[in-house]
Amino acid sequence: MSTLIRNGRIIDPANGRDEIGDLLIRDDRIGEKSKSKPEEIDATGLIVSPGLIDIHVHFREPGFGWKETIESGARAAAAGGFTTVVCMPNTSPAADSPSTIAWIKGRAAEVACVRVLPTGAISKNLAGEELAPIASLAQAGVVAITDDGHCVQNNELMRRAVEYARMVGVPVLDHCQDYNLVGNGLVHEGYWSTLLGLPGWPAAGEEAIVARNIILAELCDHRIHCQHVSSAGSVRLLREARARGVKISGEVCPHHIALTDESIQNFDTNFKMNPPLRTQRDIGALLEGIADGTLDILASDHAPHAKFEKEVEFDRAPFGIVGLETELSLFIDLLVHRQKTIGLPRLIEMLTVMPARLLGLEAGTLSLGAAADITLIDPELAWTVDAGSFQSASRNTPFHDWKLKGRAVRTIVGGKTVWQLG
Amino acid sequence: MGSGFSKQMNSSILRWTRKDLLGLRELSAEEINFVLETADAFKQVGTREVKKVPALLGKTLINLFIEPSTRTRTSFELAAKRLSADIVNISAATSSLTKGETLKDTARVLEANHADIIVLRHSSAGAPQFLASRIGASVINAGDGAHEHPTQGLLDLYTIREKKGRVAGLHIAIIGDILFSRVARSNIFALLKMGARVTLVGPSTLVPREFEQLGVAVSHQLDEVLPTADVVNLLRIQHERQRKEYFPGLGEYIRLFGLTKARAVLLKPDCLIMHPGPINRGVEIDSELADGVQSVILDQVTNGLAVRMAVLYLCAGIATP
Repeated sequence: MSTLIRNGRIIDPANGRDEIGDLLIRDDRIGEKSKSKPEEIDATGLIVSPGLIDIHVHFREPGFGWKETIESGARAAAAGGFTTVVCMPNTSPAADSPSTIAWIKGRAAEVACVRVLPTGAISKNLAGEELAPIASLAQAGVVAITDDGHCVQNNELMRRAVEYARMVGVPVLDHCQDYNLVGNGLVHEGYWSTLLGLPGWPAAGEEAIVARNIILAELCDHRIHCQHVSSAGSVRLLREARARGVKISGEVCPHHIALTDESIQNFDTNFKMNPPLRTQRDIGALLEGIADGTLDILASDHAPHAKFEKEVEFDRAPFGIVGLETELSLFIDLLVHRQKTIGLPRLIEMLTVMPARLLGLEAGTLSLGAAADITLIDPELAWTVDAGSFQSASRNTPFHDWKLKGRAVRTIVGGKTVWQLG
Repeated sequence: MGSGFSKQMNSSILRWTRKDLLGLRELSAEEINFVLETADAFKQVGTREVKKVPALLGKTLINLFIEPSTRTRTSFELAAKRLSADIVNISAATSSLTKGETLKDTARVLEANHADIIVLRHSSAGAPQFLASRIGASVINAGDGAHEHPTQGLLDLYTIREKKGRVAGLHIAIIGDILFSRVARSNIFALLKMGARVTLVGPSTLVPREFEQLGVAVSHQLDEVLPTADVVNLLRIQHERQRKEYFPGLGEYIRLFGLTKARAVLLKPDCLIMHPGPINRGVEIDSELADGVQSVILDQVTNGLAVRMAVLYLCAGIATP
């Protein structure tokens, strides 16, 4: 069975390709010729992109299925144009054992409409005290290790984890948060935390760990990837280190460039995330980092929470927002249309090739013979975010009612359309 | 209601439009003045033999105190009783919140019981906003985390105005733990609106530089500030809110920031000494000074009643349960 995607703008950064043309899907792969007359999809005016990859999502299973399941999370991913997602290990039980990894993979194979890849924990139960069985986790199929949501505070333990991960061949992802500096911080420490009397989460609390990671990446000669980079200081540290060839990288989430800490003034918990929303100056630095390549990966930190969990006093609400279904649109709208930070080819590169390269995934390309994971994008489509129509099981977004330009209109995984804009 | 009251009301051009009092940041100078003028009328009630008016007769007020408080709760209770409201006190220990009920559900239950006014004391900044946006009853913030304590700010203002005849142009020093203080924030917002000059004094760890962005001066040299102050407002060190160590010890704190008798000679003779209470005698203020001629600490308590009567009266008139 074959399908021909006709007359789209094919952007395949892995192959340096950006041209109007046709793309053939043969069975579940990208093909060259079709024996029979293929079905056709008219992609006139659309971008034909490799299926997008989000390396930072929380699908909450096992343990927290009322927030999100692997099934609902995968649907949200598909609706956002993502064909591959990487799940964080802060489930219950935490993904710190091969059996939990096997369960996640089995569940994903059963119910997920996109490719759901697990990460494993760095430390047992994400407690930062003892190493998780990293080699066994790698054998069970994790694509990286991370304690996301938590951060290993003991620098010596982190060093051993990075050294060990190098032997095993898995990259290390890190949520950068110094517990002593951050304490019970809830929002960016600055003008608004002072005004509102909310405990501050200082940028220094992130930067101290980014600096630590740079030192350890250099010491161990192994990749450490800093998750959801939010502060100007972190960008500067990463830029300097990368210029010296240190194996360090960072990702940016949409909310950290779309919103500032000013948004917290009504105590709306949908603006509470970790790391917190920061200042216009930080946004400027993140955009510079995206423009000059310091930050080369984009991700959502999709963090679903039920309404009843978020509808509480500000300090009692969990951190995080859903992101998969607004991510691509926010990035196109902000980075391409409004700020003109980067063009569409680079945007797609940061959502395909770069994350695939970081994690060693065979994904993110339209090369002949590659899996037919494809996202069709209308970069000019104007739409209004409606949280009520999300595929995700949760609705905790600060972007409800936002008017955005650019959206995925069709998501194809292994040659099959798994989502299409209705 | 005395005739003086309606005269005051008529003299004001403004109409009160808020069902809630959540903070002083969102109030205009005119609104603040309006509350103070209304409080003037209610203050007379306290001097009468029958200290009661029927203004809130038939209204139900719930004192919902999720965080411990004695003086503020008592003040609100007396204020409500003098206005003839029916009142119920709920404290953290006796509420369903200890059984896992959320604030939202507690509020809905209170509303189903036809509460007209909820006075909320809560350890979480923003809790009154949360409540006010979800129910029709009036919500009065009686202190939320380190955010605001608007009735304290108003009664401080009322006391300054009463003793000094004005607020504009005065220099007010607020001394102590500013970082964790809701009293400081409400005072800062209101005082600046009323045209006062404000200096915050305390250790750099408890008076971070960010406060300068609010439009106040920050000093760590108490002796340099005292001679020009028209009012010193002393704040307690809030041990219960401090997770970390913010200064090396009380001995050093007193040496640098305590209003001792030796230091008090620097004050202008007519400088007012204020304190929102509870006082830690011998720490932020020398015991004799707290009881001395410059102290207006008990006037603050008395004025608190009048101000709270005014706030309850005004907000209850707007609520639509």
